[in-house]
Amino acid sequence: MRWKTVLTLGMLTAMIASGCREDSSAAAKATDQSGAKNQLTGRLTLTGSSTIAPLAAEIARRFEQQHPGVRIDVQSGGSGKGIADVRAGTADIGMASRALKAGEQDLEAYPIAADGVCLIVHARNEISQLDNDQVISVYTDRINNWKQLGGADLPITVVHKAEGRATLEVFLSYLGMENPAIHPDVIVGDNEHGIKTVAGAPGAVGYVSIGTAEANISAGVPIRMLPMQGVPATTENVATGRFPMSRPLNLVTSASPAPLSRAFIDYCQSEEVHDLIVAQYFVPTQR
Amino acid sequence: MTSLWRNILSPRSGDWWLRTVTRTCAVVSAVVVLLVLVFLTTEALPALRRIGISRFVTDEGWYPLSDRYNMLPMIVGTLLTTTGAILVAGPLGICSAIFAQFYAPPSVARWYRRLIELLAGIPSVVFGLWGLVVLVPLLASVGGSGQSLMAASLILGLMILPMVALTAGSAFAAVPPELIRGGAALGFSRFAIVWHIALPAAGSGIAAGVLLAVSRAMGETMAVVMVAGNVVQIPDSLTAPVRTLTGNMALELGYAAADHRSILFISGLGLLVAVSCTMLLINRIAGAAS
Repeated sequence: MRWKTVLTLGMLTAMIASGCREDSSAAAKATDQSGAKNQLTGRLTLTGSSTIAPLAAEIARRFEQQHPGVRIDVQSGGSGKGIADVRAGTADIGMASRALKAGEQDLEAYPIAADGVCLIVHARNEISQLDNDQVISVYTDRINNWKQLGGADLPITVVHKAEGRATLEVFLSYLGMENPAIHPDVIVGDNEHGIKTVAGAPGAVGYVSIGTAEANISAGVPIRMLPMQGVPATTENVATGRFPMSRPLNLVTSASPAPLSRAFIDYCQSEEVHDLIVAQYFVPTQR
Repeated sequence: MTSLWRNILSPRSGDWWLRTVTRTCAVVSAVVVLLVLVFLTTEALPALRRIGISRFVTDEGWYPLSDRYNMLPMIVGTLLTTTGAILVAGPLGICSAIFAQFYAPPSVARWYRRLIELLAGIPSVVFGLWGLVVLVPLLASVGGSGQSLMAASLILGLMILPMVALTAGSAFAAVPPELIRGGAALGFSRFAIVWHIALPAAGSGIAAGVLLAVSRAMGETMAVVMVAGNVVQIPDSLTAPVRTLTGNMALELGYAAADHRSILFISGLGLLVAVSCTMLLINRIAGAAS
């Protein structure tokens, strides 16, 4: 008799533990629907691109100050994760630093800013510019020493991203390459990992978000951005659309976002947050 | 077995509560382990059914987005980094335990042990960050990018070193003092006492500690991702990059869908089985010793 109670108690605890994730998001939806009329309350979860996450966290903090009843949780993990989480319902808003693909038209994308992807090398590297063919040759291992490109006699360390990263997709589609054709020496996860890798290896070349690279350079990290097709990699050139390898920073929701998600997205697209976007070295988009 | 409970004449309600609470805790822990196993299996089954096991070693490379799923390089990567870590941590850990137990003056030994315990408390991501910004640039001067099998083995070795050193230390401490004193009375040198008496007597305890460290090294993820280079290939030298099964899951699970996701769960299931086998082996060794 007693054993049975103990057993049921144990099972119940386990069930609550395994079910609590859906539970909390359902509760959040309930509260944000009831509170949307006058005072916004509830909890929002954002996941996705590591490029957007720091910006979203800053915007979220300001939004929370204006609406004390709202809690916003921002997690990074790559654009692919953002899309997958919105579909699975584990996140209210996904962050994707690329346009939606043909297979993702069931979702809604809201651009909040733009960012460029640029090649970076170590600060001591003398190379001033690479054209597209040279970049392709380096990444397919047909060229493996900087000497062949007019630089020092130093082997090239090709830094590549893990599959599913938005920067990888922007980079590959811009150069018209397929991932299996690339022969990397190092595969990294996010932008910071890529920058630390290049900063630690004088022969390395990698590609990262211009915003993240500018922030690191102004913090004294020994890396240098290479121009693409003669256009210097700066946020101004991304803003004017001159820089060729650029991408939109999108917030992504399911076809019918909850009112609280809607309100947060409107806030992200408003002029009130342009200073935050510029502070993160991104370019605000005009509505 | 008659329970102690029935022999007590005046049972108190406090006992009843304690019993209920501890039983609940035990059941919950067991159920959680089983749930994890069931979850892993159900997630892994679709791909096992559709793709079969043989393709995991015969496909051309690992390109999950193009339906190519050769996991052999990552299995080899996990085995190599684990072996490398044990080669680093095994001798270092056992020797430092011998030092602390038999050679160091007591005051030094006490502080030394605290230092090793501190090493055990460092979070793995800190090891990874240190490896990425300090160790990797150093190794890059040897050749390659520095993010390599060697870097991963060294970092993993440092991480499991305290586990080896502390378990070896307690194994030495458990050697019956009369054995040591007997050796000393026979006029053995300190080296002979360590080599011929203490080591054989503590052998099974040390082996169990090393295996425990093996299971930790196999499962470690964050630090390895940061320093291993993560290229999917069977490394041809110590300076070549390598990707482990856990690193692969960490890098790809976020965006993986359908079969790809299912396959990552298969590698998780494989790791769980490997770690369980190590644990069984530890129990056997410990059982044989007692």
